[in-house]
Amino acid sequence: MSAAPAYSEDKGGSAGPGEPEYGHDPASGGIFSSDYKRHDDLKEMLDTNKDSLKLEAMKRIVAMIARGKNASDLFPAVVKNVACKNIEVKKLVYVYLVRYAEEQQDLALLSISTFQRGLKDPNQLIRASALRVLSSIRVPIIVPIMMLAIKEAASDMSPYVRKTAAHAIPKLYSLDSDQKDQLIEVIEKLLADKTTLVAGSVVMAFEEVCPERIDLIHKNYRKLCNLLIDVEEWGQVVIISMLTRYARTQFLSPTQNESLLEENAEKAFYGSEEDEAKGAGSEETAAAALPARKPYIMDPDHRLLLRNTKPLLQSRSAAVVMAVAQLYFHLAPKAEVGVIAKALVRLLRSHSEVQYVVLQNVATMSIKRRGMFEPYLKSFYIRSTDPTQIKILKLEVLTNLANETNIPTVLREFQTYIRSMDKDFVAATIQAIGRCATNIGRVRDTCLNGLVQLLSNRDELVVAESVVVIKKLLQMQPAQHGEIIKHLAKLTDNIQVPMARASILWLIGEYCEHVPRIAPDVLRKMAKSFTAEEDIVKLQVINLAAKLYLTNSKQTKLLTQYVLSLAKYDQNYDIRDRARFTRQLIVPSEQGGALSRHAKKLFLAPKPAPVLESSFKDRDHFQLGSLSHLLNAKATGYQELPDWPEEAPDPSVRNVEVPEWTKCSNREKRKEKEKPFYSDSEGESGPTESADSDPESESESDSKSSSESGSGESSSESDNEDQDEDEEKGRGSESEQSEEDGKRKTKKKVPEGKGEASSSDEDSDSSSSTSESEMTSESEEEQLEPASWRRKTPPSSKRAPATKEISLLDLEDFTPPSVQPVSPPAIVSTSLAADLEGLTLTDSTLVPSLLSPVSRVGRQELLHRVAGEGLVVDYTFSRQPFSGDPHMVSVHIHFSNSSDTPIKGLHVGTPKLPAGISIQEFPEIESLAPGESATAVMGINFCDSTQAANFQLCTQTRQFYVSIQPPVGELMAPVFMSENEFKKEQGKLMGMNEITEKLMLPDTCRSDHVVVQKVTATANLGRVPCGTSDEYRFAGRTLTSGSLVLLTLDARQAGAAQLTVNSEKMVIGTMLVKDVIQALTQ
Amino acid sequence: MIHSLFLINCSGDIFLEKHWKSVVSQSVCDYFFEAQEKAADVENVPPVISTPHHYLISIYRDKLFFVSVIQTEVPPLFVIEFLHRVADTFQDYFGECSEAAIKDNVVIVYELLEEMLDNGFPLATESNILKELIKPPTILRSVVNSITGSSNVGDTLPTGQLSNIPWRRAGVKYTNNEAYFDVVEEIDAIIDKSGSTVFAEIQGVIDACIKLSGMPDLSLSFMNPRLLDDVSFHPCIRFKRWESERILSFIPPDGNFRLISYRVSSQNLVAIPVYVKHSISFKENSSCGRFDITIGPKQNMGKTIEGITVTVHMPKVVLNMNLTTTQGSYTFDPVTKVLTWDVGKITPQKLPSLKGLVNLQSGAPKPEENPSLNIQFKIQQLAISGLKVNRLDMYGEKYKPFKGVKYVTKAGKFQVRT
Repeated sequence: MSAAPAYSEDKGGSAGPGEPEYGHDPASGGIFSSDYKRHDDLKEMLDTNKDSLKLEAMKRIVAMIARGKNASDLFPAVVKNVACKNIEVKKLVYVYLVRYAEEQQDLALLSISTFQRGLKDPNQLIRASALRVLSSIRVPIIVPIMMLAIKEAASDMSPYVRKTAAHAIPKLYSLDSDQKDQLIEVIEKLLADKTTLVAGSVVMAFEEVCPERIDLIHKNYRKLCNLLIDVEEWGQVVIISMLTRYARTQFLSPTQNESLLEENAEKAFYGSEEDEAKGAGSEETAAAALPARKPYIMDPDHRLLLRNTKPLLQSRSAAVVMAVAQLYFHLAPKAEVGVIAKALVRLLRSHSEVQYVVLQNVATMSIKRRGMFEPYLKSFYIRSTDPTQIKILKLEVLTNLANETNIPTVLREFQTYIRSMDKDFVAATIQAIGRCATNIGRVRDTCLNGLVQLLSNRDELVVAESVVVIKKLLQMQPAQHGEIIKHLAKLTDNIQVPMARASILWLIGEYCEHVPRIAPDVLRKMAKSFTAEEDIVKLQVINLAAKLYLTNSKQTKLLTQYVLSLAKYDQNYDIRDRARFTRQLIVPSEQGGALSRHAKKLFLAPKPAPVLESSFKDRDHFQLGSLSHLLNAKATGYQELPDWPEEAPDPSVRNVEVPEWTKCSNREKRKEKEKPFYSDSEGESGPTESADSDPESESESDSKSSSESGSGESSSESDNEDQDEDEEKGRGSESEQSEEDGKRKTKKKVPEGKGEASSSDEDSDSSSSTSESEMTSESEEEQLEPASWRRKTPPSSKRAPATKEISLLDLEDFTPPSVQPVSPPAIVSTSLAADLEGLTLTDSTLVPSLLSPVSRVGRQELLHRVAGEGLVVDYTFSRQPFSGDPHMVSVHIHFSNSSDTPIKGLHVGTPKLPAGISIQEFPEIESLAPGESATAVMGINFCDSTQAANFQLCTQTRQFYVSIQPPVGELMAPVFMSENEFKKEQGKLMGMNEITEKLMLPDTCRSDHVVVQKVTATANLGRVPCGTSDEYRFAGRTLTSGSLVLLTLDARQAGAAQLTVNSEKMVIGTMLVKDVIQALTQ
Repeated sequence: MIHSLFLINCSGDIFLEKHWKSVVSQSVCDYFFEAQEKAADVENVPPVISTPHHYLISIYRDKLFFVSVIQTEVPPLFVIEFLHRVADTFQDYFGECSEAAIKDNVVIVYELLEEMLDNGFPLATESNILKELIKPPTILRSVVNSITGSSNVGDTLPTGQLSNIPWRRAGVKYTNNEAYFDVVEEIDAIIDKSGSTVFAEIQGVIDACIKLSGMPDLSLSFMNPRLLDDVSFHPCIRFKRWESERILSFIPPDGNFRLISYRVSSQNLVAIPVYVKHSISFKENSSCGRFDITIGPKQNMGKTIEGITVTVHMPKVVLNMNLTTTQGSYTFDPVTKVLTWDVGKITPQKLPSLKGLVNLQSGAPKPEENPSLNIQFKIQQLAISGLKVNRLDMYGEKYKPFKGVKYVTKAGKFQVRT
């Protein structure tokens, strides 16, 4: 409803004639008489019984407040209406109250009882709004009432009311800081709240009231990390920035032993991939290495934070993206920070204010991590329509990004900028050129020449700026540049900008031996115009005179004395002082002062060249994205970003009691639990993931090794074992352990008993190999890996029931009594059975050496919890041939029931499939109890296309439409061939069937292992042996048509590489190239 | 966090103020005016200004300054983002975010601001929730309200605020169920003097207008999702699903909203649909110069290019321009020195051109730089990146919705250096 027409109509009717026009004179406070009159009629309107009149009056009052006019004398009339039935009137009265209560405290108290009543209202909206207004009235007398109300609301049923309570906390705190202790209690309570609605608000309260109480966060840390993605945007920003600080106090710096890490880069990489994949293997390596070198191991909680914030880089909110970016900048290992660049560059398309802030931060980041933004260099190119402040910031970034390779392009850009009409910008460009010249030696001469050309520019500002920059550059290598100095000397006639004149004079003086003839002449001219010069120029004239006197006293003695006498009577005392001082130094007096003998040394000492550096240097000691960083000054309330601790504080403080966890998220636990089985490195977690061989898995492997290989082992970790195990329990990872146990058991079940022997071999092997280099143990593992896959296969006929029983038994046998499993054993057995199902198949059909069990595409969601009404369905590509039909891709589908009713009769309904695609359904799952999960295997023949297979997932009551789209790499199976065969086949697939693409391998993936592992993770291909060391070959066949897919990666100097794919299926080839490149360069 | 907000118009009048904590005097804006004066240009007013007791963070939108007063450390983007959200909300409610609209609806504005922030911390910013709390003004509603005496303030708890999907209000009902998507792509490019591309990339958005009853669960798939290099999502989109399958799966908000915005990277070759031939020269020591530009289609994929406008900021010494054009019309504003040439459609048979003389201030040195040309154009029915929507599926509701996708390509920041 538009207020204006309404009230102008009413004005005539209700207010009567003679009402003054108040709408358009915001400063009409002067006309007091009419003010009173007006307020009188408003009072009248407020006193009537008609809601419409009251509403009208309130609207007019609010309009007055909005214009900043004083309406406080209406307070008594307005406050009476606080209990008005009409909800809009009531709202407007609240607006008024909040505005004026502070000024009219006594009267405001009249309204309190209404709010107190409101706090007990059955409607949550009314409770919340009552609390909101009550807490917004800044009247100190009601502090106890507020305190009580907040406490009550903090345990309200409605999360909305609890959110309001969280909002009220900082209000009360600002009113009366003595309440801090009590408020902290409330905050502590609300921090434990599990709803996303409350999380953001309470962290906000925490930040305002007690940011130093970091200990309150421990127990809620993991919950906050997990909730984060569902919190509203504003909350996300606050939580992320708080967690950044938290992480800085609790975890070790991921870059602390950079050198060590670099050395172990490969190993770390691997380690992570594998421990995600295999669970057991590589932790042993890590654990073994621990005592010897103590490599950096990322705390799993640290990893959790990085992993959970990463998706938020794709938020629509610039603030969230920036928050995540700063978190990565401050917390992530060097190799991972790069991911934020893309998102930040995206923000440059946003509003100019956003650009301004983002560019400031990019400027700071680009000094530290130049490589990160280099690929986006062109995104910082300047348009003539950009506002000047943006131009200058972009220029700063471009300068920071300039290096040996891209400097020609950058300079060419700068050249166009110099001709801009925006003179401030041109001046900044000249300085930028100067900085490029200092930083990059190769282009110094080019830049200098360019700048000298600018000296003939028509615009004086440009010339002046060039002179200043040239002066700085010349200081670095003065010898060769006599010519330039001469040129500059000529300019003194024309240039009027004082700074430029001063610079020229200084240069001539400093390098007077290079221009012995010109220098005295310049001094002569300057002496003539001395009195008219600016102060800085005068100082430089004196300076020049002194230097010339020392080097060439014959010609300049008189001139110098003349200048000094002029300066002696100057108005400025600095100049007078300088003149007196200089005279004493250079002119030998009768006594032959000691100083004058050293005058030459004093004046013509070699001076260090100035360092041109960015104004953004060292700004990163402020938390990026903060106001303080932007202003480069500490803002009130800025929380210093702490330095990393030397020793990590006890990580167990973040453990939460078990029951809470189980309640909290079934899904999560399940995921964690199955991780070691399905080797999915989990989509989001990049390849570097590997660095965190978490203590969890460590202890696991420990306990495993000790229990399995008897007892004799005196590993250094065994002391910690108990503690570790407790810890594990705390995290609710027993299920993991129990499964481990189960797995172990099945291993044992293998008839020959060979598995047992070899596995214990493996264990003792790795634990004893502490001193061995990582690489060897690595490769060892690689070899062992497929073998153990084979080993694990039990006789398929009785697998499910048998394992179930045994795993139950086993749990009791093996786990210490304290570690009772919480999860029902049934879960273990079902997923285990499914896993085994896959394993059997492996055994029968695949050449083990070709197996690459790691699929890059980890577990993917098929049906979301919300859409599936409690049924969660995920799937993974297991990369094992499907038993029924070799043309099918086997897909493992994981169901879990997070609702509270059992789901019955899960099966695949009539699929609607594109031509050629067929599905082998999985056997119907009869029932899935709440909290339970199950796994099934189905086969899909994608017909060598990446088209999605759409089908229905039916339960007894519902049908869900789902679709599975395979990444191209999953549409093939590895084949084994020799190098010659490979070349022969490749020869047949030339021309149209060959796709070649060049790429740059980033530093992180130049080693054999990384490359091979990244390629095989992207595509299910087998490695083909190869004679030359920097060529990698892989071969596979598409599943349906059996066409060959040959992939060659030819790595050359300095990371340049060429990727060639030969395949009849050109579409597959193209997509494969794209995927592989993405995997390699990412 | 945010202490107060002042709305200031171009002539420097503070026409609205709102305080969420204690009142801050209007005089704090003097620091802002000072900075504004120093900047000379509205665009160059620094967004963050530090004053002795406060910090001012401001945005400039639709000829209005939104100046917020901050007292303690807060991420500046947080505030900037919020202020833009406020402006967006005004736009959404009143159709425009202008001084007149805000003054006319001052009560609604006040109610909105009251709901959007609580004690300076954002409370309800989703338009679906706000519209449940405070009904936007319509002519019909104001008539009905004046008759029945009902109000435009909702009295129930906005359902969205409690659910897992805070962006959608419950109980939506339509007789015609429709879902429309606009794929809008903008080409950002810098073309250098010789006509080669210095920098080009495609920025796209998908705007949706969804009017579907109930709680529909939509999934939108593309023929070629891999094109999308960098994507930002509306919070309703399930991130995991995109990560794994490249399908946009979401329960949409009701009404108009931006589903995703994306970037097609500059690594891919970007087709530039137009070319410009230009020769602009100023003679030394004479008070005139020549100006000649011709524009033509290139790589337009068989579609007509329309709505072409060329804008040129001429150097300050230019007094006037005498030009003739073969197509469209041109205007030159001698005060701001902006030349605008409204071309319209290009037909390849006859290329539009604009040529003639430029009058310069006599005696002044000739301008150093030739002005760069900013070009606007539009191509209907085409997404220049080649992005294609494959299909839209709806789950969770029984009815058959009416679906539609529209593609448009536009020039974004398209600049030709001369």
